[in-house]
Amino acid sequence: MSREPASREPAAGTPAVEVRGLHVALGGTPILTGVDLTVAVGEWVTVIGPNGAGKSTLLRAVGGLLPAPKAITLFGTPSAALRRRDRARIVATVAQSPVVPPGMSVLDYVLLGRTPYIPTLGRESTADVDAVHEVLGQLDLAGFHRRELATLSGGERQRVFLARALAQGATLLLLDEPTSALDIGHQQDVLEVVDQLRREHGLTVLATMHDLSLAGEYADRMVMLAAGQVVAAGTPPEVLTEELLATHYRASVRVVPGAHGPLVVPVRPTRP
Amino acid sequence: MRWLVAGLVAVLVALVVGVSLGPVSLPPGSVAAELLNLFPGVHIDSGLTEREIAIVTELRLPRVVLGLLVGGLLALAGGCYQGVFRNPLADPYLLGVAAGAGLAVTAAIALGGAGRQGTLSGLPMTIPLAAFAGSLLAVTMTYVLGAAGGRRGSPAMLILAGVAVSAFLSAGQTYLLQRHADSIQPVYSWLLGRLATAGWHDVLLVLPYAALTTIVVLLHRRELDVLAVGDDEARSLGLHPQRTRYLLIAAASLGTAAAVSATGLIGFVGIIVPHTVRLLAGSSYRVILPMSLLFGGAFLALTDVVARTVAAPSELPIGVVTALLGGPFFVLVLRTARRVLT
Repeated sequence: MSREPASREPAAGTPAVEVRGLHVALGGTPILTGVDLTVAVGEWVTVIGPNGAGKSTLLRAVGGLLPAPKAITLFGTPSAALRRRDRARIVATVAQSPVVPPGMSVLDYVLLGRTPYIPTLGRESTADVDAVHEVLGQLDLAGFHRRELATLSGGERQRVFLARALAQGATLLLLDEPTSALDIGHQQDVLEVVDQLRREHGLTVLATMHDLSLAGEYADRMVMLAAGQVVAAGTPPEVLTEELLATHYRASVRVVPGAHGPLVVPVRPTRP
Repeated sequence: MRWLVAGLVAVLVALVVGVSLGPVSLPPGSVAAELLNLFPGVHIDSGLTEREIAIVTELRLPRVVLGLLVGGLLALAGGCYQGVFRNPLADPYLLGVAAGAGLAVTAAIALGGAGRQGTLSGLPMTIPLAAFAGSLLAVTMTYVLGAAGGRRGSPAMLILAGVAVSAFLSAGQTYLLQRHADSIQPVYSWLLGRLATAGWHDVLLVLPYAALTTIVVLLHRRELDVLAVGDDEARSLGLHPQRTRYLLIAAASLGTAAAVSATGLIGFVGIIVPHTVRLLAGSSYRVILPMSLLFGGAFLALTDVVARTVAAPSELPIGVVTALLGGPFFVLVLRTARRVLT
């Protein structure tokens, strides 16, 4: 796939994402109060945390959708210094529930991902269309390009959303709850596809997830947010502990060792 | 591509039919020949008399061309508003834009003195500019009121706001007319649609605004597709949605203002044509906008033919005909398209 260099090559060892002391307040309410986060190039980091912990807000800030002066650095460049178009060539976001425009075909939808490469007021080139077809092929969507997006099943749709993000040619993928709308089989399906693409294209993945077992099986590292702050960070076995989950999720769980990471099993609390 | 051809054919058919039919019917072949003669270096013997040629070039052609321009502009503005507001119901009339332009033109005539001259050509530049100011005021009011219902105003809120703004501005217009009774006659003849008296003068008056609107809107047709996924996603794709939105609202309002100042209030075109195009040719604004321009023009020019022939020798107001034709036509297209889709 044609991928134009986003800017000058960052020095080796420069992290894909570096967040230092991020504070975000929405409508006067503090959501994030001093978050630090580092994601190495090629790494998969999953942010977990109870509802309202600020996971989506953190992802939005990293994606450049919230003002965060000086707190966020992408591949060595301060995010605030990037033009929106240039940022879109580096970072692609799959929203939690992306808007499905009525009547839009899969091809047209994935073509939207080429927006940062199409000149303002211009139209897409054959190279853009070719890039889209290549991405559709990679995601087993080759026969779908004429289909209307709204008529696709949940799993197929999620792959189309991924395809749009990939067509963006960005090396950093932000996934906000990529599996929340899917059944268990399709959840695994989508995460496998993401992991495969990550290895093939050297992508960096920063995701938020609710399913802790799944999150632990795919992430290299995990970050637990609670009340706007990082309360734990490390490998999945370090973060997914019964104590941490009891404290911050107020959940009663058993953590069972699994082949790819700890498996978190909810257990009904014993009433005294 | 085939839709572009279909659109151009529709415009040509409307042109020939519109010029041929009237109190004196002329053979379409001769009319087509006479139209070709307008191009430099073309001389075809059409078999028409001097007088008939004058009917073609001085009476009917400007009227048909103005109909094409106004219809195209209204349909283009409607399609553009629908994309900008992500609202399938948006239309120059439902948003109150036309009412704003109407109030401003009435004010210009009543307070500006064009009424005393009994003609609108007394204020050639003032009318479109006043209409533009009025339409921008109206669309701003609708936008602000519609958004007051929540951070993301629902489609119904926006249209309700448009209806309220429309009623408010129309009331202002009525008040002005009551206070300046001498301007009632010119304002009403304008309100009923002035295609009947159109001359080349009117075409030249609308043309610069039409060209500006068309260029700005068509250049942004791809951006409108991106806006369809919402502001957040558009932003993460590298767009500045709010900036694009303001520019396109201004452009569509200028187009509406130009149309209204040329021909008065002609409803229904801005919602019917883009929807018909959408049902036939897909939902991408890259197709909808240019096709709305062409089919909107053809639609209005042909509607005008009906307006002036069906009750000949008197003419029906064209706005009545667009609504009478438009309603059932829209239902028909909706039904056929649904059958094809399922």
